[in-house]
Amino acid sequence: MDTEILARIQFAFTISFHYIYPPLSIGLGLIMVIMESLWIRTKNEKYHILAKFWTKIFALTFGIGVVTGIVMEFEFGTNWATYSRYVGDIFGSALAAEGIFAFALESGFLGILLFGWNRVKPWVHLVATIGVFLGSMFSAVWIVVANSWQQTPAGYHIVGEGMNARAEITDFWAMVFNPSSVDRLTHTWFAAFLAGAFLVLSVHAYYLLKGRYVEISKMAFKIALGVATVFSLMQLVTGHSSADGVAENQPAKLAAMEGHYDKSGPADLYLFGWVDNESQEVTGIKIPGGLSFLIDQDFEAPVTGLNAFPEEDRPGQVNAVFQFYHIMIAIGMFFIALTLYACFLWWRGTLFTNKWVLKTFVFSVILAQIGNQVGWFAAEMGRQPWVVYGHLRTSEAFSQAVTANQIVFSLILFFVVYALLLFLFLYLLTKKIKHGPYDEDDNDMEERRFTKEITNQVANTLNA
Amino acid sequence: METLFGIDYPTLWFLVVGGVFSGYAILDGFDFGAGAWHLFFRKELSRRIALNAVGPVWDGNEVWLVIGGGALFAGFPVMYATFFSGLYIPFMLFLMFIIFRAIAIEFRSKEEWLWWRKMWDICYSVSSIMLAFLLGVVLGNVLQGIPIGPDLEYDGSPFLGFLNPYAIITGFTTLFLFMSHGAIYLLLKTEGRLFDKLEGLLKKGIILFIVFFVITTLYTLIYIPHLSDDFKSNPILFIFPILTFLSIANIPRLAHKKRFKIAFFFSALTIALMMALVAIELYPTLLYSTIDPENSITIYNAASSDKSLGISLTMVAIGTPLVLGYTFFVYKTFAGKVQLDDHSY
Repeated sequence: MDTEILARIQFAFTISFHYIYPPLSIGLGLIMVIMESLWIRTKNEKYHILAKFWTKIFALTFGIGVVTGIVMEFEFGTNWATYSRYVGDIFGSALAAEGIFAFALESGFLGILLFGWNRVKPWVHLVATIGVFLGSMFSAVWIVVANSWQQTPAGYHIVGEGMNARAEITDFWAMVFNPSSVDRLTHTWFAAFLAGAFLVLSVHAYYLLKGRYVEISKMAFKIALGVATVFSLMQLVTGHSSADGVAENQPAKLAAMEGHYDKSGPADLYLFGWVDNESQEVTGIKIPGGLSFLIDQDFEAPVTGLNAFPEEDRPGQVNAVFQFYHIMIAIGMFFIALTLYACFLWWRGTLFTNKWVLKTFVFSVILAQIGNQVGWFAAEMGRQPWVVYGHLRTSEAFSQAVTANQIVFSLILFFVVYALLLFLFLYLLTKKIKHGPYDEDDNDMEERRFTKEITNQVANTLNA
Repeated sequence: METLFGIDYPTLWFLVVGGVFSGYAILDGFDFGAGAWHLFFRKELSRRIALNAVGPVWDGNEVWLVIGGGALFAGFPVMYATFFSGLYIPFMLFLMFIIFRAIAIEFRSKEEWLWWRKMWDICYSVSSIMLAFLLGVVLGNVLQGIPIGPDLEYDGSPFLGFLNPYAIITGFTTLFLFMSHGAIYLLLKTEGRLFDKLEGLLKKGIILFIVFFVITTLYTLIYIPHLSDDFKSNPILFIFPILTFLSIANIPRLAHKKRFKIAFFFSALTIALMMALVAIELYPTLLYSTIDPENSITIYNAASSDKSLGISLTMVAIGTPLVLGYTFFVYKTFAGKVQLDDHSY
C-alpha cells in the first residue's frame, strides 16, 4: 500500500477511536453540572451521590480522551506535513486558542473536580465542574472551527505556488465564523450532549431493570431524559441548517450524501438505499424531489449533481458517504421517537415500569456512539478528494519525508495499544457500573467505612 | 516586519514557544521523574502515595505539551511539519509511552490483585523512564541538527536516524535531571520511611545527573561548535552557563540542609536555565541541517505571517494570566503531604 492510503488509514483509525471519548466527556460534563447544581440547590444528598458516581466515569473517559488527543495533535505534523505547512498560518491561531483557553481550563480544574470533593467548599467544586465542562465545550469550538475552515475556507488568501503554496490569514473573525462553523459546531455539541445523556440513560435503565439503586436512578434518568429529548429535537434544526449550508458551499458533498448524479435535475430524498457508482443508480425507498424540496421548498427545483463535477473532483466513495449519512439520520429520527415516547410514558407515570422502553435505552447508548462516528465519516469522506476544499488535495497533503514502512510500524503499534485501551476502558466501565454509586447493603457500607478508617490510621502511623 | 518593543514577531513567538516548553519540562519533568523511581519503592502503600503525589496534576502537566505543540504549529508551521515528520519514530514511541503511562496510572489501583498492580507498576515506571529519555533524545537531535534537504524536508534514515551518541547522552542527562527533580517533588509530598528512602535516592540521582551533564557539556564544546559560537563571540552571555552551574550546585547543598521547597525551586530553575542555554545557542535557528547550513529551519523561514502571529500573541497575552491563575489555585489546593481518600488512584 502507498503512503497516502496508510496515512489516511492511520488518521481515520486514531481519530475515530479518539472521538469515542470527547463527546462522552462533554455530554457527561453537562449532566454532572446539572446534578451538582441540584445538590447545592436542594441539599438532597442523593444528587451528591449521583454527581460523584458520574464524575468517576467521567474521569475514565476524560483520561483516555487526553492521551488519544495528544496523538491527534502530533499526527498533523508527523503524517500530514504538507498539509500542516499549508494551513499552519490559519489553524495555528485556532489551535493556540484551544490550548490556552480550553485545555488549560479543563485540566486546571480537573484535579479539583476529581480529587477535591473533600478539600474545597461545595460551590468551589461546582465552579470547577463548570470550568471543566466549559473547557471541553471550548475545545470543541476551536477544533470544529478549524475543521469547518477546511470544508468552507474563508478569511484567507493563498500565497506561493505548487508545493510552496500556503494559505495565509487575512481576517480572523471571517475565518472563525466561516460559512459552516456555527452549524457544524452546534450540531457537534448537541451530538456530544446526546452521547453523554444516552450513557446515563443506559446505565440507569440497567439499574432500574435490575431493581438496584431505584430511587436515585429515577432521578438521574429524568435529568438525562430531559437533556436527550431537548437535544434530539434540536438536532433536527442544526442538522437541517447544516445540510442547507452543504448544499450551498459543498454541492458535490451533498450530491454524494443523496447519491444524486444528474447535473441539474430535481433531486430525490432517500429513506434508505444503495448507490452503484458505476451505473450511477440508487436502489431504495425515496421521496421523489424530496431533496429539492428541503433545499428550495420546491419539488421541481434543480440541485447540482455529481456529474456537474469532473471525475477527479468528486468524492471517491459515494455509496459510503450515502450510507453513513443515512445511518446518522435514521439514528437521529429514532432518538426523537424514543425520547418523546419516553416523555409521554413519564407523564402517564408508567415510564419506570415499562421494561421494553428501559431495555431499548440500555442499548441506545451504542446508537449514540455510532451516530457520532458516522456523522463525521459522512462529513469527512464527503469532503474528499480535498483536504482543504477546492484548494489542497488529500493526495498532496501527506508527509513527503515519511515512508510507508514507518507508517506500517506506527499503525501496528496503534492497533495493539488502542485494542488494549478499549478493552481496559470497557472492563473498568463495566466494573464501575456493576459496583454502582454506593454500597447497597448498609451494614456492608458501615463495615467498609470502618476498614477504611483503620487502614488510614495504620497508614498515618507508618508514615509518621 | 512588525515589532513590539523593538522585537519582531517571530522572535516574540520563539520566546513564547520556549516558555511553554520550559514550563512543560518543569511540570511533566517532575512527574516523569517521580514515575521513574516508582519501582525503587517496595511497599504497596509507598507506591500508592508516590502515585497519588502526581495523581491530581499529571493530566494538567501533559496539557502543556499540547499547548507547546499547538504553539509550534501556530507560529512555525514549517518547523512543526519538518520536525514531527522527520523524527517520526521517536515521536510515535513517545506517544505510545504517553498512552501506556496514562493507562497505568488510571488502572493500577482499580484491582487488588498482586499481578495486576505489579504489571501496571512496571508499565508506569518504564514508560516514565522512556518518556524522559526520549525527550532528551529529541532535544539532542534538535541541538545537533538533523539532515534536512533543500526543500526543508527531512532527508535521513527513516528508522534509526534519531539514535546517535550525542542524542543518547542528552537522553540520559534529561532522564537523571528529571529523576532528581521528581525525587525532590516526592520529598515534598511524603513522610516517614518513604521520605527517608527518597533522600538517599535523590543523592544518587543528583550524582548521575552531574556526571552526564559534564559529559554533555564537554561533548558539545568539542564536537558541536555551532552550539558555543554565540557564547564565544558575546562574553556577556557567559552569565547563563555560570548561573546554570550555580543553580545545579545549589541543589545538593539545599537537599543536605533538608530545605526541599527551595531545592525544588532550584531544580525547576535549573531546567529553565538549561532551556535558556538551548534557546540562546539556537536562536534564530530552530533546526540545523547537517547536510547544508543553508537548509536550516529558522524562525524566519518557518514563521507564520505577522498577521497570524499577531493574533496568536494577543491570545497568549489574554490567556497566560488565566492559566497561571488556576494552575496556582490547583497546586495550592493539593499542597502538602499526600492524603489518600476514596477518590485517590
